[in-house]
Amino acid sequence: MTTFIQQLINGLSVGSIYALIALGYTMVYGIIKLINFAHGDVFMAGAFVAYFSYTGLHLGFFGSLVVSMAACAVLGVVIERFAYRPLRKSTRIAALITAIGVSLFLENAGIITVGAQARGYPNMLPDTAFNLGGVTVSTKQIGIIALTVVMMVILQYIVHRTKIGKAMRAVAYDPEAAQLMGIDVDRTISFTFAIGSALAAAAGVVYGAYYSAIDPLMGIMPGLKAFIAAVLGGIGIIPGAMVGGLVLGLIETLVQSLGFSLWRDAVAFALLILILLIKPEGLFGKHAREKV
Amino acid sequence: MLNVRDLNVYYGVIHALKNISLTVGPGEIVTLIGANGAGKTTLLRTISGLITPRSGDVQFEGRSVIKTPAKEIVRLGISQVPEGRRVFATMSVEENLEMGAYLRKDKAGVQKDLEMVYSRFPRLQERRKQLAGTLSGGEQQMLAIGRALMARPRLLLLDEPSMGLAPILVQEIFQIIGEINRAGTTILLVEQNAHMALSVANRAYVLETGQIKLSGSSAELAQSEEVKKAYLGG
Ligand SMILES: Nc1ncnc2c1ncn2[C@@H]1O[C@H](COP(=O)(O)OP(=O)(O)OP(=O)(O)O)[C@@H](O)[C@H]1O
Ligand SMILES: [Mg+2]
Repeated sequence: MTTFIQQLINGLSVGSIYALIALGYTMVYGIIKLINFAHGDVFMAGAFVAYFSYTGLHLGFFGSLVVSMAACAVLGVVIERFAYRPLRKSTRIAALITAIGVSLFLENAGIITVGAQARGYPNMLPDTAFNLGGVTVSTKQIGIIALTVVMMVILQYIVHRTKIGKAMRAVAYDPEAAQLMGIDVDRTISFTFAIGSALAAAAGVVYGAYYSAIDPLMGIMPGLKAFIAAVLGGIGIIPGAMVGGLVLGLIETLVQSLGFSLWRDAVAFALLILILLIKPEGLFGKHAREKV
Repeated sequence: MLNVRDLNVYYGVIHALKNISLTVGPGEIVTLIGANGAGKTTLLRTISGLITPRSGDVQFEGRSVIKTPAKEIVRLGISQVPEGRRVFATMSVEENLEMGAYLRKDKAGVQKDLEMVYSRFPRLQERRKQLAGTLSGGEQQMLAIGRALMARPRLLLLDEPSMGLAPILVQEIFQIIGEINRAGTTILLVEQNAHMALSVANRAYVLETGQIKLSGSSAELAQSEEVKKAYLGG
């Protein structure tokens, strides 16, 4: 039982990272039907911005987190504005290839500016382990999970209670009808990229804090995993991304704790294939709605 | 109020609207009737700024609006109830109505109009927390109309509001259209149901393959042999 709870907490910590990244994937897909393959690299950028804010500018954990989220929000908006918007009316494959191009660009820009080697991440969160009835929990893990929960609550609030959040849902469902309401579709899409990218930045900071090392290519694997998480939950569905991320984290941790560490990634990808075969609309998806 | 002059609209090589001219005066209900593919939706979409015409002009209250983007047209006072309703199925009834008032800043006025819409459509009030996608076709049409009214338009464009509805509901919808008009909103009504449309409208235009074939008062057109044969079933 205690090992189970132990693994549960580990799984939720890893899953939090996937969930935070998956949200951006799913929100962007929901609104412009694009798999934004550069999203994992925005996550990487977020980790680095916080790194330099913390070590160079001494902004502390929360200060660095906020700066990194703001910087990535801007990065996301810029990417959309200059790489994706000009292609909005062209084929989906053109946009997808562009996304891969943006991804490669960010990775190489990272290598040029900060070097290819991994660097140790500062200990931004207090890391005291304590024992709860046989279960070892670190304050770091609690912090990560709490932060993720707070982010999700804020996101739910924005999406369901604010005007711009409602506009996002309207545009995601029917951009033309949204225009007839006077909604500025471009601005709403920019906002979606800003929110998704800020969440990816938060995930980057959490990742650094959890794994203690970052490098310019760190976004590739978590990006793919988060994509799987988004598909698992049902791409385009926000609660689906949250649950999909957490579930994927739990599954990976389970596989690992059973002694099949080497199989961890393979299991994630096998899961993707399985979903696509059995339930392509994901856990939370309704049957593929055809829009008329 | 609305003045459409020599409008030409193309989809690629398809000439969808050919030299269309029509007017809608303040306080009127004007109907545009025509068969499938005549170009009715195309005209409303052009007025709403979703399509840019190749030539001609659309003037609203004296100013040209063909270069005005769709999201600005609403601000000027033109709302559209699009063909097929197009309610936001994944949002609640009340959220749909809020979206209709998206550009408005006068909270008190919006609240008042929300109550006005609910009193006009009591069924929407009962279902205000329900997702729009779970409403029946008639209820969705009422929601689409209510949503458009939330912008407090001076000109309301309606694209086939009777489409797919049972006769009893069609009656109800047309009665509501009359009420909305009497409450001060000018209406341009696109319909295939010529009988109902002519009964509620002051004037009418008949559109055939992108051209205006006939126009006149509803009473005149209802008596015309051509209209009777083609649109009123004999
Ligand atoms: N997006 C489009 N691309 C190409 N052709 C189009 C497009 N939309 C409409 N058309 C064509 O333009 C013509 C007018 O279409 P429109 O939808 O305006 O007709 P309508 O009178 O509203 O018909 P209905 O009563 O069926 O709604 C039709 O021939 C149609 O095939
Ligand atoms: Mg039509």
